[in-house]
Amino acid sequence: MIEIRFHGRGGQGAVTAAKILAKAAFYDGKYSQGFPFFGVERRGAPVMAFTRIDDKKIVIRSQVYNPDYVVVLDPTLLDAVNVVEGLKEDGVVVVNTTKEELDLGFKTYTIDATGIALDILGVPIVNTTILGAFAGATKLISLESLKRAILDTFKGKLGEKNAKAAEVAYRMISEN
Amino acid sequence: MEKIDVITGTTAAAIGAKLANVEVIAAYPITPQSECVEVLAKFIADGEFDAEYIKVESEHSAMAACIGASATGVRTFTATASQGLALMHEMLYIASGMRLPIVMLNTNRALSAPINIWCDHQDSITERDTGWIQIYAKDNQETLDSIIQAYRIAEDEDILLPVMVCIDGFILTHTVEPVSIPDEKKVRDYLGIYEPKHAYLDPDRPITQGPVGVPECYMETRKHIWDAMERAKKVIKRVNEEYYEIFNRRYGNGLVEGYNLENADTVLVAMGSVCGTIRYVIDKLKEKGKNVGLLRIRTYRPFPKEEIKEMLEGVENVGVLDRNVSFGFNMGALGTEMLATLRDKKICNYIVGLGGRDITPSNIEEIIRHLEKCEDVETKWIGLKE
Amino acid sequence: MVTIGAIIYEPGSTVRNKTGSWRTFRPVLNSEKCIKCEICYIFCPEGAIYEDEKGNFKINYDYCKGCLICSKECPTNAITRIREEK
Repeated sequence: MIEIRFHGRGGQGAVTAAKILAKAAFYDGKYSQGFPFFGVERRGAPVMAFTRIDDKKIVIRSQVYNPDYVVVLDPTLLDAVNVVEGLKEDGVVVVNTTKEELDLGFKTYTIDATGIALDILGVPIVNTTILGAFAGATKLISLESLKRAILDTFKGKLGEKNAKAAEVAYRMISEN
Repeated sequence: MEKIDVITGTTAAAIGAKLANVEVIAAYPITPQSECVEVLAKFIADGEFDAEYIKVESEHSAMAACIGASATGVRTFTATASQGLALMHEMLYIASGMRLPIVMLNTNRALSAPINIWCDHQDSITERDTGWIQIYAKDNQETLDSIIQAYRIAEDEDILLPVMVCIDGFILTHTVEPVSIPDEKKVRDYLGIYEPKHAYLDPDRPITQGPVGVPECYMETRKHIWDAMERAKKVIKRVNEEYYEIFNRRYGNGLVEGYNLENADTVLVAMGSVCGTIRYVIDKLKEKGKNVGLLRIRTYRPFPKEEIKEMLEGVENVGVLDRNVSFGFNMGALGTEMLATLRDKKICNYIVGLGGRDITPSNIEEIIRHLEKCEDVETKWIGLKE
Repeated sequence: MVTIGAIIYEPGSTVRNKTGSWRTFRPVLNSEKCIKCEICYIFCPEGAIYEDEKGNFKINYDYCKGCLICSKECPTNAITRIREEK
């Protein structure tokens, strides 16, 4: 079973990201769960969300304490919370940042998801972009399933733009 | 055609109500239930199915509206949680007393004070004696299936009691996972149209529902509910099998579900989503050559005494997890009832997961370690901060 | 036998319960003084006052509980009271 933890700020779409990832994994033929941290959420405050992916039915219902992957939607969180807390020794981090390199003590991928989102969506909402980067970096889910899950979640033109943002991030991180 | 979607528990319940072709929904929003009635309101607004959505000013009114609607002979649905369920309290007795087969989703949430929106079972356990059948689902699939089954059970002429389907707040209501959605026509064929024989308001055939029950008749009405609860055990089992025949899914025998019970000296007894985490721990322990079993109580009302006795025969260590407390008796409700059911056994009762306190695999392991050493009946709080 | 949910299947069965036996005082309507204003008919909480075919108001003693509201309200004092038991 693979566990992914998302860090974001309330309103950035971390919970939606966790749910889209769960759906994408399902389209890849896996079992999955996507859920928020059960806390008091408010706009701008640090929030977490989780996805579990497995080849067999997932029965565990506790929160995630030792993730295999961490995805950080907002670079300012790096100073606010310990995003790598409990991360498994060989864990991987994907961070939205303009910096090319980050030393978090774990294998880390960086992507300027805000830049891509502003460019394609026109708003700094990075959840779909960073999912593209996550898929590109980890190959845990296929780009095709991710795009399908995004198109399910956002209807019409909005869906197409979000799918495009994910694809751009996917290709960008795959090429590096 | 059956299709699979990745959805939350509340959406699963809403789809269940839609497939059951409910005709009246009256509900008041409350966390963590709100999404359920929002989804239903959207279905109706989008013309996906034809039901009357009655907006009300409180949960008390929601249940009152459901009672009135059900008394006219239509299939009725509502959803609530916590304070909302508590506010319905007096109406719950009226629904069961008038023998109206209302189905309600309760998304289990702790009771105030202090204000808490997260999961425990105190809300529905508090309503255990209201004459409502209570089903506790363990995942989103079972949530959807149980809503459909609930109508079949509630509307059975031998039962005619309301049913509460309880699902863990946030843990199921806010978690998406793959859920198989049955074919609409198949569900409608299975449930048919609700055509009550015992009571419906019809100007051409006037009757009186909910009259004064003088001392000469009140006690008999209580005995009727008692008997219907007893018969419900058989009907729930039958519905579980029927459902399996048509939809290929079943939940134990409908009343209880065992896991790894063979050759297990140590068995945990629990309700709701925590049973998944227990299964997870059982599988891990099995890899290490250790055998622990799980007995999941699916229907808390009617309480499956006979099945429990049978399934726990020969088991030495029985650990009962309670997501609620009976203050003053200082045990959990399930713990006391297991003690009454298994009078000759050592039963340890564990108070867990109140107000959303996470129940982790290591909590379950701690319970198992304690249970194996424990020598007499004992109640222990798990996961308390030092 | 008590029915399921104590439902009463026979409409209007309460008329069998003749509440007129409860009276201490019996209202008596003097039709000569009656101006047919309908006030007693409107005020009677039991619906025990009725108008006959000739347009005269009558008291149905099967259901009159003897509350005497009619007597109190009558503008011409056409309704007086007598003891039920002599």
